[in-house]
Amino acid sequence: MPSTITPTSTEPKRKNHVEDHDNGSGRRPPTDKRTGGGGEGDNYGDRSQGNHGPRERLVRYRMGIFFALASDLMFFVAIVSSFFVSQSTGHFDAYNNYVNEWTVTTIPPILWLNTAVLILSSITMEIARRRMFHEVDVMDEWLGLGKPITRRAIPWIAVTAVLGVVFLVGQWIAWEQLAMQHVFFLSNPSSHFFYLITGVHGIHLILGIFGLMAALIGLYVSRSLESRQIMVDCASWYWHSMGVFWMFLFVLLVFFQ
Amino acid sequence: MNLSKSPEKLRYLFTTDHRIIGIQYLILALTSVTIGTILSLLMRIHLVWPDRILPFYGPILPEDYLAMVTIHGTIMLFFVLTTAPQSGFGNLILPAQIGARRMAFPVANAIGFWLTATALLILLSSTFVPRGSPISGWTAYPPFSAVASAGPGQGLGMDLWLASIALFAIASSIGGINTLVTIIKLRCKGMTWERLPLTVWGWFTAALLSVLAFSVLLAALLLLFCDRHAGTSFFVPTGDIVNGAIHAAGHPGNGSPLLWLHLFWFFGHPEVYIAILPGLGLTSMLLANFSRRRVFAYRTMIVTTLLIGFLGILLWGHHMFVAGLNPFAASAFAVSTMAIAIPASAKVLSWLATVWRSRPHYTTPMLFSLGFVSLFILGGLSGPILAQPILDEYLHNTFFVIAHFHLIMALAAVFGLFAGTYYWFPLMTGRMMSETLGRLHFWGTLLGAYATFLPMHLTGLMGEPRHYAQLTGVSNAAGHLLAGTLPLNRFITWSAIFLSTAQLFFFANLLYSLFRGSPAPPNPWQATTLEWHPAMHPNFPLEASEIVENPIAVYRQPCQYQPTPTGELFLPQWSPDATVDIKPE
Repeated sequence: MPSTITPTSTEPKRKNHVEDHDNGSGRRPPTDKRTGGGGEGDNYGDRSQGNHGPRERLVRYRMGIFFALASDLMFFVAIVSSFFVSQSTGHFDAYNNYVNEWTVTTIPPILWLNTAVLILSSITMEIARRRMFHEVDVMDEWLGLGKPITRRAIPWIAVTAVLGVVFLVGQWIAWEQLAMQHVFFLSNPSSHFFYLITGVHGIHLILGIFGLMAALIGLYVSRSLESRQIMVDCASWYWHSMGVFWMFLFVLLVFFQ
Repeated sequence: MNLSKSPEKLRYLFTTDHRIIGIQYLILALTSVTIGTILSLLMRIHLVWPDRILPFYGPILPEDYLAMVTIHGTIMLFFVLTTAPQSGFGNLILPAQIGARRMAFPVANAIGFWLTATALLILLSSTFVPRGSPISGWTAYPPFSAVASAGPGQGLGMDLWLASIALFAIASSIGGINTLVTIIKLRCKGMTWERLPLTVWGWFTAALLSVLAFSVLLAALLLLFCDRHAGTSFFVPTGDIVNGAIHAAGHPGNGSPLLWLHLFWFFGHPEVYIAILPGLGLTSMLLANFSRRRVFAYRTMIVTTLLIGFLGILLWGHHMFVAGLNPFAASAFAVSTMAIAIPASAKVLSWLATVWRSRPHYTTPMLFSLGFVSLFILGGLSGPILAQPILDEYLHNTFFVIAHFHLIMALAAVFGLFAGTYYWFPLMTGRMMSETLGRLHFWGTLLGAYATFLPMHLTGLMGEPRHYAQLTGVSNAAGHLLAGTLPLNRFITWSAIFLSTAQLFFFANLLYSLFRGSPAPPNPWQATTLEWHPAMHPNFPLEASEIVENPIAVYRQPCQYQPTPTGELFLPQWSPDATVDIKPE
């Protein structure tokens, strides 16, 4: 059996019962319950299945990408904190008047459309990801009947990448529209942040699109089923996170200026 | 050199093997610490003999002094105290200690090392560009760091600094992710969380902090970069006059240097815990090992390690008491800062209880661990003093702070590194380090450390400020005050020279032991942790078949020792023997 189709435990896990002659009366049993180690009463018995077995590599890479995304989240948290600090900070001008230069940057309406595109791309990516773990196809591959998984996932990944590019183009149009209204990066503290946030998020999406490209190439090149699953899985978690980050950033830009 | 062999050498250089990467990190740190020490000596000498002329260079100008302060701080904090314990020993020893054959992401590991090495080269190259290295210190406070015209070195030199630290931040995040996944996923059979050695808990917590903190630094660097090159004003208010010129007069902006301080110290304080946490864990393990005792309150030590890491995220504000922080915020930060005394004291109590009335084997690693404890206590005692905003008002920009953080963070961490080096040298080379040279090195270092940094408390209390290139030549009352600290400062400088000279014993010991050291027996320290498993030993590697038949498994907590009438009984973690009467804690 390929390790990759071993399902994650769906049945409730039975507790490992040690026959310890404890009848529940509260008296200590006559037998020595110690297992011989200092780990008495520790968590050895309930370590999760699969730590050293099926899906181990997949789980490892997935955990790596999650920690990387946590780190990335802190990056955006830092920028959003600076947004709020900047928003509520003013300074004294030459006449000793307190001025706060922050004015609201109008959000180009196209951003709503872009957001919808990004949500759509997350959906297509999730379809691609689930295709990679579709049990019947995995079984076919394992029996040597070609690469049905790859065949079915590739269009969805390609669609995701295209939608990603559409989103980026949309963001570019939004910048152009702002520039037409003479709102530039340097115009105002709030426009600093508008361009910075959309720009940094755009760079992350470009990296994501490179990731999708790499996954596409990998789907053609790689023979190992698990490697292909890992590539698509990690790319899609990254893609989803960028979608979620964008939702938060978008809400911030629309409602919290 | 045979040409046909060079691919082999390249493969050795660009290896993905964690042990070699660990050694590469250690060599990088050793190079960096040498440079940093030489810089600190130059600063000390300039401080007390300001008229001396540096050979081949000329007189040391104030900006040169500040550039040395910057490079000394940056190189020591990032390239020594972060890389050596966390990345160096974290690669060399960590996988073995959890019974893993490798790190979770070997290629990312190698990329991390080469990014770090590049970052170091970029940092050092800033010395050789026109106008030299930046002079804004390792904390790079704006507007100094944000405006190129603010001073010599704040142009290209500062840009190189930014690039270097950005690369370093990325490398450390990668390293942190790798460490976390390795510890969570690659533990061997039976290695439960409670059986993890405390060293591993130290690495784990420090890795958590790296993952959370370094990306915040990256964001701050991005904003600073925009301020420098894109004309924004995140950190400098427009209309601010910097070095005679109005900053960014054409653009509106509400920037505040305090924002940089918040972002920087949100990273910077966890950073100093990243430096010290592996040392805390290692000290617990070594004291128990050489006292042949259990670690006192093992579970509590795990909790305090995590608690120190957690509190470490919450107390960045205590670096900003005199920077214009809201006084109410200062009170809150004072409370969280003093709260950290609780887990720290628990650690000290555990160390003392572990060695109390034992019969320790005073080997060199043990001596350095005891030295670590003494430095941690002494440096820690001035912590609650500086945590009071009202006292900090007076002390913050004086040498008192320098004494505090050098004792508790720099020297304590370095003592941890020395202990680790003496302890694990047999695993790297199959040879023991010389005990005689080791003892000389230890006593020289301990004496030199105290003689250098204890008097700094006094000069700080007398009012000697930080970042002053020169104490003489001021003709008012302040100059009189500064001149009053000169005798003590001369003493400090001589002590610093003594301290650095004592390190020659270490280098001599390294070289001697590398080639002539006595061959190490399989488990020279009677250690109980997995890196001393026979399969790991360079002199006595097990056959591959033996390993397959008996895969490494763990049966107990580390440090199970018991004195018996006939001698000391000890059970390594890998020993399946269950019949002995060492009771669980």
